[in-house]
Amino acid sequence: MKKQASFIFSPDQLNYEFSDTHPFNQKRIILTKDLLDEMNTIEPHEIVIPRTATDEELLLAHDAKYIEIVKKASTGNVSENIGSIYGIGTEDTPFFTGMHEASALLVGGTLTAIEEVMEGRSRYALNLGGGLHHGFQGKASGFCIYNDSSVAIKYLQQKYGARVLYVDTDAHHGDGVQWTFYDDPNVCTFSIHETGRYLFPGTGNVTERGNGAGYGTSFNFPIDAFTEDESFLHIYKTALREVAEHFKPDVILTQNGADAHYFDPLTHLYGTMKIYEEIPKLAKDIAEEFCDGRWIAIGGGGYDIWRVVPRAWSHLWLTMKDIPTPTGRLPEAWLNKWQPESPVSLIETWEDPEDLYEPVPRKYDINEKNEQMLTRALHVIRKS
Amino acid sequence: MLIQDIMKTDVITLNSTHTIADAVQLMKEKRIRHIPIVKDGQIEGLVTDRDVKEASPSSISKRLEPSLYETTLDKIMKTDLLIGHPRDFAEEAALMFYTYEIGCLPIVSNYQLVGILTKTDLLYNYIELTGANQPSSHIQIRVPNTPGILYEASKVFHEHNTNVLSVLVYPYQDNEEYKILAIRIKRMNPLPIIEGLKKQGFEVLWPSEPEMGV
Repeated sequence: MKKQASFIFSPDQLNYEFSDTHPFNQKRIILTKDLLDEMNTIEPHEIVIPRTATDEELLLAHDAKYIEIVKKASTGNVSENIGSIYGIGTEDTPFFTGMHEASALLVGGTLTAIEEVMEGRSRYALNLGGGLHHGFQGKASGFCIYNDSSVAIKYLQQKYGARVLYVDTDAHHGDGVQWTFYDDPNVCTFSIHETGRYLFPGTGNVTERGNGAGYGTSFNFPIDAFTEDESFLHIYKTALREVAEHFKPDVILTQNGADAHYFDPLTHLYGTMKIYEEIPKLAKDIAEEFCDGRWIAIGGGGYDIWRVVPRAWSHLWLTMKDIPTPTGRLPEAWLNKWQPESPVSLIETWEDPEDLYEPVPRKYDINEKNEQMLTRALHVIRKS
Repeated sequence: MLIQDIMKTDVITLNSTHTIADAVQLMKEKRIRHIPIVKDGQIEGLVTDRDVKEASPSSISKRLEPSLYETTLDKIMKTDLLIGHPRDFAEEAALMFYTYEIGCLPIVSNYQLVGILTKTDLLYNYIELTGANQPSSHIQIRVPNTPGILYEASKVFHEHNTNVLSVLVYPYQDNEEYKILAIRIKRMNPLPIIEGLKKQGFEVLWPSEPEMGV
């Protein structure tokens, strides 16, 4: 019988670990899964063990030379000088033992999710270990070694001949995926993110629309620092619907970085849990409307792993399972289990407190600028 | 940086015996606004989209005179030209664009037209200089306007093993006592550096709280 959703998971996904103090911390997968388990929402048969991506699969989106260097670095055989040419062994993306295997497993997880959906075993699939959207063809960048989305989209094209809509709601621009498919008219990349004026990676301007035959299949929605829920969701909902109607995808791959939240230490957006309740709902609606339901969701950034990511990512799974959005207190067992280990006081309810932050003084300006940006970004498809 | 590093070398040109109709079509087709007029590789004149428009019949007039489109370009081209040399500095070209309010500069060497530089090329070059086309984070700090301060600030980046893509130094409002350093670094996580800068007594303007938003 076809499952409603597959939860791609293995404890080995936690092997993607740079150091104890690095902000990218896959423990958030355990925290999320445990929260969902306390809610009794994951059936044993829904858990699917991720496979490892083969070299041939990695080559779909990466250079052979780069893969070779990562493999060498995996056993400690690359100098810092050589590594830095390939973006590894840097402060952002340090060397660690087994880095090739750990990275290939994250890619394999996203491929497993795709197979679950495309081969009809499952309506939707979730791989929280994926979403490493900064990885380039021949270079690591911004905590990302191999780019699971780029490999997965190539795989979707080659094995299933699908037209893919990639939707990236991480607070950082999805640059690696965008540049991989910049010339490709059959892949549409959509990224809503904090403007690159100050934030990494700096790209993701409205004017980046694709190149050659791919012109018009790259969409960017850079929003101002301190943007709040209302404006974020207005941009996301308006843009995603119009882009989907225009592009008419066969399948949707969503990258779900959870770093647009007020608490996130690396970014400057003022989102609350409301955006993480709404993002998956629209993704599912769009998949149902245009793709006969084919929706694969992956993780991404998210650097407040205690107060933000577990709740935010839970909404992905709950939406896939058609479970109504929970309200009120989180399961006591989860709070009791993790509070002692957390360096900060956990938020004890599904909703964020009303007074999460002081009112933003320039709110009107920010919303107005975002609105103008939206009009500019959609101009090309609205006039036709 | 020299003009030869940033100019376009595949220049689209016409001869003085071509007509306004030829120029209109070429501008449309190639999406350009300036056409150097050449003879044996040497520049004779320049036709801009404005020259063409001024010489064309009005699109709202009933009195169409199609024959005007057959006018040869030698009748309308500008011959009193400002030109640049491939080994001029980009800053000199920028100053010429600003001072003379021109949109393009033909680049001439050994009497031959070897390239063209437009305002747009120059602007893109500026974007590249700021490092904004590479994955990076941007930090702004306010520093006292004293010698050696850049050295002090750069030590922090060195301590954190961080590659700096660009540094801009500019005045702080009208206050002579301070300067702003705008630094692009090849880092996704700038937090340790910001902490390091603050520890050294530097005032980090961005990233900041919204009240102080730049």
